[in-house]
Amino acid sequence: MNARQRLLAEAAERVLIFDGAFGTQIQLRKLTEADYAGELGLAADQKGNNDILALTRPDVIADITRAYLEAGSDVVSTNTFSANRISQADYRAEHLVGEINRASARIARGLADEYAARDGRPRFVAGAIGPTNKTLSLSPDVEDPGFREIDFDHLVEVYHEQAAALVEGGVDFILIETVFDTLNAKAGIMAVRRLERALGREIPLMISMTLTDLSGRNLSGHTVEAFWYAVRHARPLTIGLNCSFGAAQLRPHVKTLAQIADALLLVYPNAGLPNELGEYDEAPETTAALVADWAADGQVNMLGGCCGSTPQHIAAIARAVAGARPRAIPTLTPAMRLAGLEAFVAA
Amino acid sequence: MTLSSSRFINIGERTNVTGSAAFKKLILAGDYAAAVEVARQQVENGAQIIDVNMDEGLLDAVHAMTTFLKLIAAEPDIARVPVMIDSSKWEVIEAGLKCVSGKPIVNSISLKEGEETFLAQARACMDYGAAVVVMAFDEQGQADTKARKVEICKRAYDLLVAEGFPPEDIIFDPNIFAVATGIEEHNSYAVDFIEAVRTLRQLCPHAHFSGGLSNLSFSFRGNEPVRRAMHSVFLYHAIPAGLDMAIVNAGQLDVYDQIDPVLREACEDVILNRDAQATERLIALAESYKGKSAADDKAAAEWRGWPVAKRLEHALVKGIDAHIIEDTEEARQQAARPIEVIEGPLMDGMNVVGDLFGSGKMFLPQVVKSARVMKKAVAHLIPYIEAEKELLAPEERRAKGRIVMATVKGDVHDIGKNIVGVVLQCNGYEVIDLGVMVPWSEILKAANDNQADMIGLSGLITPSLDEMVTVAEEMQRAGMTMPLLIGGATTSKVHTALKIDPAYDGPVIHVLDASRAVGVAARLLSDTQREAYVAEVAGEYAALREARSAKGQSELLPLAEARARAFVIDPAEKPPAPARPGLHVFRDWDLAQLRGFIDWTPFFRAWELHGTYPAILTDPVVGETASQLFADANAMLDRIIAERWLTARGVAGLWPCRREGDDVVLDNGTRLPFLRQQVKKSRERANMCLADFIDPAGDWIGGFAVAIHGIEPHIARFQAERDDFSDILLKALADRLAEAFAEALHQHVRTTLWAYAPGEQLTNEALIREEYRGIRPAPGYPACPDHSLKPILFDLLDAPANAGLALTESFAMLPTAAVSGFYFGHPESEYFGVARIGRDQLEDYAKRRGVSVEQAERWLRPNLD
Repeated sequence: MNARQRLLAEAAERVLIFDGAFGTQIQLRKLTEADYAGELGLAADQKGNNDILALTRPDVIADITRAYLEAGSDVVSTNTFSANRISQADYRAEHLVGEINRASARIARGLADEYAARDGRPRFVAGAIGPTNKTLSLSPDVEDPGFREIDFDHLVEVYHEQAAALVEGGVDFILIETVFDTLNAKAGIMAVRRLERALGREIPLMISMTLTDLSGRNLSGHTVEAFWYAVRHARPLTIGLNCSFGAAQLRPHVKTLAQIADALLLVYPNAGLPNELGEYDEAPETTAALVADWAADGQVNMLGGCCGSTPQHIAAIARAVAGARPRAIPTLTPAMRLAGLEAFVAA
Repeated sequence: MTLSSSRFINIGERTNVTGSAAFKKLILAGDYAAAVEVARQQVENGAQIIDVNMDEGLLDAVHAMTTFLKLIAAEPDIARVPVMIDSSKWEVIEAGLKCVSGKPIVNSISLKEGEETFLAQARACMDYGAAVVVMAFDEQGQADTKARKVEICKRAYDLLVAEGFPPEDIIFDPNIFAVATGIEEHNSYAVDFIEAVRTLRQLCPHAHFSGGLSNLSFSFRGNEPVRRAMHSVFLYHAIPAGLDMAIVNAGQLDVYDQIDPVLREACEDVILNRDAQATERLIALAESYKGKSAADDKAAAEWRGWPVAKRLEHALVKGIDAHIIEDTEEARQQAARPIEVIEGPLMDGMNVVGDLFGSGKMFLPQVVKSARVMKKAVAHLIPYIEAEKELLAPEERRAKGRIVMATVKGDVHDIGKNIVGVVLQCNGYEVIDLGVMVPWSEILKAANDNQADMIGLSGLITPSLDEMVTVAEEMQRAGMTMPLLIGGATTSKVHTALKIDPAYDGPVIHVLDASRAVGVAARLLSDTQREAYVAEVAGEYAALREARSAKGQSELLPLAEARARAFVIDPAEKPPAPARPGLHVFRDWDLAQLRGFIDWTPFFRAWELHGTYPAILTDPVVGETASQLFADANAMLDRIIAERWLTARGVAGLWPCRREGDDVVLDNGTRLPFLRQQVKKSRERANMCLADFIDPAGDWIGGFAVAIHGIEPHIARFQAERDDFSDILLKALADRLAEAFAEALHQHVRTTLWAYAPGEQLTNEALIREEYRGIRPAPGYPACPDHSLKPILFDLLDAPANAGLALTESFAMLPTAAVSGFYFGHPESEYFGVARIGRDQLEDYAKRRGVSVEQAERWLRPNLD
C-alpha cells in the first residue's frame, strides 16, 4: 500500500489527529538572534525566521514535533510554512530554501518513523507549503486593479522548488495550507503535478483554505463551495479549513464542506479568537469540545490545531474524539461543477 | 448560494471581440474600464457564464485576454460567475488559465492537430482545473454531416475518458454552420447539428452540448429580424434534442410566438431542411425584412405613442426599462389606487411573459429582464401603497405575535405552509414567510433579527425531516428559547417527539393542520396558558418516547431469510414485450382530457376538508363549503384550460431488463436497486421487493416523469395581488393535474405503448381504485422509499430535457406539481410498504447502490431504527 492508501485505511477506522502550531511553541522558548542565525553568516537578521531553525536549532523543531507525536498526532507537518523563495528573500536566505525543507522533512520523517516503530501505528508526514506573502488574484495597488506583484509561472517555480525538497526529505504528502488566494493554491497544485511527472509517481495533496470573513469567503472572495470546485481537480487526499477563526466560528462552513467534499476532511482551527492582547487563550478542553462536536456529527476525518494551539490542545482533542466514527466520504452525482467566486453546478 | 441549473444555460457573448463590434472597438481603443462595464451588464442581464474572446488580428490577444481577466477578477459582481476562456490559440487559453482563480471553461480544444496535441491540452486543462469545450474537428477537418459530428465527438469522448478526464466536464460543440447559403450541401447543416446532439447525448453520458449561434444566420448579415428569428427557431428545436448551453446574445433572440408566422414557418423549413425550395423562399422573404432595422427604430419610437397600459406590457415583454418609471407614474395617477397598477397592466404584461416562458417560447435571460422591469415598477409604487396603509388605525396594525415560517432547505413544497400562513394572518398574526429551500442559518437569523415569537417549519418530502432536526439542533446551539412549530405532510407527532423535541430545549410542537395553528400560537403567546401548555406537550412527547422504547418493535428477519421468502410470480403471466419500446415524449398533453382523470378526494384533503368525493359535496357538515370550493376549482380549471395557463409535459420509457437478486438491471447496464420488507410476517405472507415482479430470465420495466409547467406567472400574479386563495387553489389544482397526468399516461402505456391491456375499459372511479393491471410505484413512497433513485430514473428518461424537470439536493422535483415512478406490468404486482429494514440490508443496499453506508443511512433514515 502506498501512503495515500495507508492513510485512507486508517481514516476509515477513526478520526485522525493532525498536529498543532509551531509558531507559538517556538515563541515560548524565547530564542535569541544567535539561536536563529547560527553559523550561517547570512546578511540579514534571522530572528523570527522560524523555518531556518531546522538548520540552526534542529533540536527545537524536533522537540515540538515530538511533543505533538506524544500528544497523539497521526500526521505531523514540517515547519516550513515560509520556507519558500519569496518569503525567505526577506531574510536574504532564499539560497537555503532547498536545505531548510530537506532538513525539516528529515526531522519530521525520523520522528514519525520512530513513533510508528514503537507502537505499530502508522504516522505520516505532511510537507507544509504556505501561501507566500504575495497574491496572484489581487492587486496591491488600489489605483490599478489589473496589476499583480507576481505571475502564475513564477509562483509555480517557487512552489516546485519547495515541494521537490520536501519530497526529497521524505514527506508523504504535500500540504498546501492557509490558502487565502485560490489562484495561489492552483499554482501549488500545478507545481506538484509537474513534480509528479518528473518523479514518475503520485504525491498526494492535502489542501486547506483559510476564511477571512465570517460569511465564509477567503481573501480572493471564494465561498467554501466555490473553492472546493476550483481545487477539486487536484483529487486531494484531504480538503479542509485551517486558521481563520476559532472552531466556534468555523462550524457552519465545516458543515457545508462536509456535505460536498468527496475527499477526507481536515480541520485545524485556531485556539479561539485572540484576546485584547493578541494572545490565544482558549483552553484545550474548550477547543476539544467544539471540534469533538463535528466528529460526533460525522463531519470530519482529521482534526488538529492552528495558531495558539499547543500539544495540550492536541492531546485534549485526541481524547475527545477517541472512538468517534469518522466521516464517510460522500459520492457526488456527476455534474459540471464550475466556480466563479460562487459555485455553479450544471447537472 | 449555489446556482444550480439543469435547464438551458446562456453564455454571454458580449465580451467577445468576434461577436460584438462594440466590444472590439473598446478593446482596440484600450478602453478596458468601459469593457469591464460590458461584462457587468451581461451578468446583470442573466448571463450565467461569460465568454471572453480576444481573437482579433490587430490585438496582442495574450495581453488583451490576461489584462481583461485580471480586471474582472477585481469586480465581485462579475467574478461571481464562471468564465469561459475562448480562443482558437492555445497560448491565449493557457495565459488565460493562469489568471482565473475559480474553475473556468476552456473554449476550445479539438483533434485538429491529432491525438497527441489534443490530449496534451486536455491534460493541461485537468492540471489547471477547467472544464473544456471540444469542437467537432479532426485531422480531416471540421465535421459537417451528422455522421462526422457523431464520429469525431465520440472518438474525442473515448480518448478523454480513457485519459481520466471527467465526462461531466466535457462540452461538445458540434459546429453550427451557416444555412441558406445557396449551396445545396449546406441545407442540412442545422438539422444535422440537432440530430447529432440527439445521438451524442445517448452515446456520451454526462457530457454537455453547446454551440455558437451567430454562425447559423451568417447569410443574412445586416438583416437582424431574419437572424433573430432563425436563432430562436433553432433553439426551439435544438434544446429538446439536448443542447444545454449556447453562446448567445440574449437581447438578440425573438420570442418564438411573436415571430411573424410567415417568417417563422420559412425559418423552420430552412432549419429543419424540409424541402429543397426552403432556402429560396426564405431569401425571397428576407428581402421584405431587409432594412427593417431602420424601420425598427421607427417602430421603437412608435410604441411610445401607445396608451400607457399597452406601453407597460410592451416594456415588460421586451424587457425595456428606459421609460418604466415615468410610465408607471402615469398609470398610478390614472388609477384609483396604486395597487391597481400592479394588479392591472403590470401583471397582465407579466402574464404574457410567463406564458411564453412556460411554453418554452421565451428564454431565461429575457424573463430575468422582464422581472427586473417589473421590480422597478413595483418599487416605484411601494411607497404609495405603504402610505395607504398608514391610514389604518394603530390597533388595526399591531400584530398579536410574529412568526417566521419557512419550508426547509432541499424542499420546495409550500401549499401547506401558505395555508397556515394565511390562517395565521387572518387571525391577526404577523407572518414573515422566508419561502422555500431556506437553510437553517437564514431561518435563525430572520427569527433573531425580527425578534420573532416563534418559528414554523414545513416540509413535504422525507429528507426534510432530517433537515428539521438540524434546524432544532442549531437553535439549541444558538441558545434560542422561542417555540418551534413543525408541520407538513410527512411530519408526525411521533417523529417530532422522537427526533426533533430531544434536539431542542425550547418548546417543540407538532401542528397537525392549519386549523390547529391558531390555537397553538395563541396558547404559546398567552401569559396565563403558555407554561401549562408547553409542559403538557412536553409530557405528552416524553410519554410517546417512553412508550416507543418500551414497545418491542416487530422482529426483523435476517436479509437472507427475507429474500428466501420473496414473492414468486408466475413467469407465464408476465407481460409481452411492449408494442412501442423506448422513450415517448409528450410536450403538451391535453389538459381538458386530464380534467376527467382528476381524483378529487385528495384535493379536498389539501384544504382540510375530509371525506370522499363525490359524497363530500352533500356532506351535512362540510358539504356547503366543499361545493363552493368545488365550483371555484372548476371555474379556475375552465380558465386554466381555455387560457392555456399550464402545460402538461411528460415522458415515459419502456426498457428490456432482468431481475438480479433485489436489483432490476436494464439491458443498457443501468441498475435499479430495490429494498425488501424485512419485518417478520405471519405464515405464508411473502417479504416483498419490487424486483420480485420482474423475471430473472428477461422482462420489461417502465419509467415515467410528468410535470405541470407554467404555474409561476399565475402564482406571482396572485401573490402580488395578495390573493392567497387563488395562489393555493392553483397550486392544489396543478398537483391534481400532475397526478391525473400520471394516471392518464399510465393508461396510455397499458393500452397503447406497452399494450399489455389493449382493450382496457375503466371508469375514473375504477382507475382511482387501481383496478387496472400493473403498478407505478414512485421513488420516495412506501414500496420504493429511497428518493435517491430519482436521479437514475431522470437520467433514463432524460427528464430535464424531456419533461423540463429538475431535482433539488434532497431530490424534490421542480416544478413541484410533478410525479415520477416505475412501471411494473406483471398482473400479480401490487403496492406494499417496505417499512423497517435491518442494518444488514442497509449495508447490502449501500454496496449495490455504490455509495457509502453513511450515505445510504441518510437516504433511508425513515426506514431505519
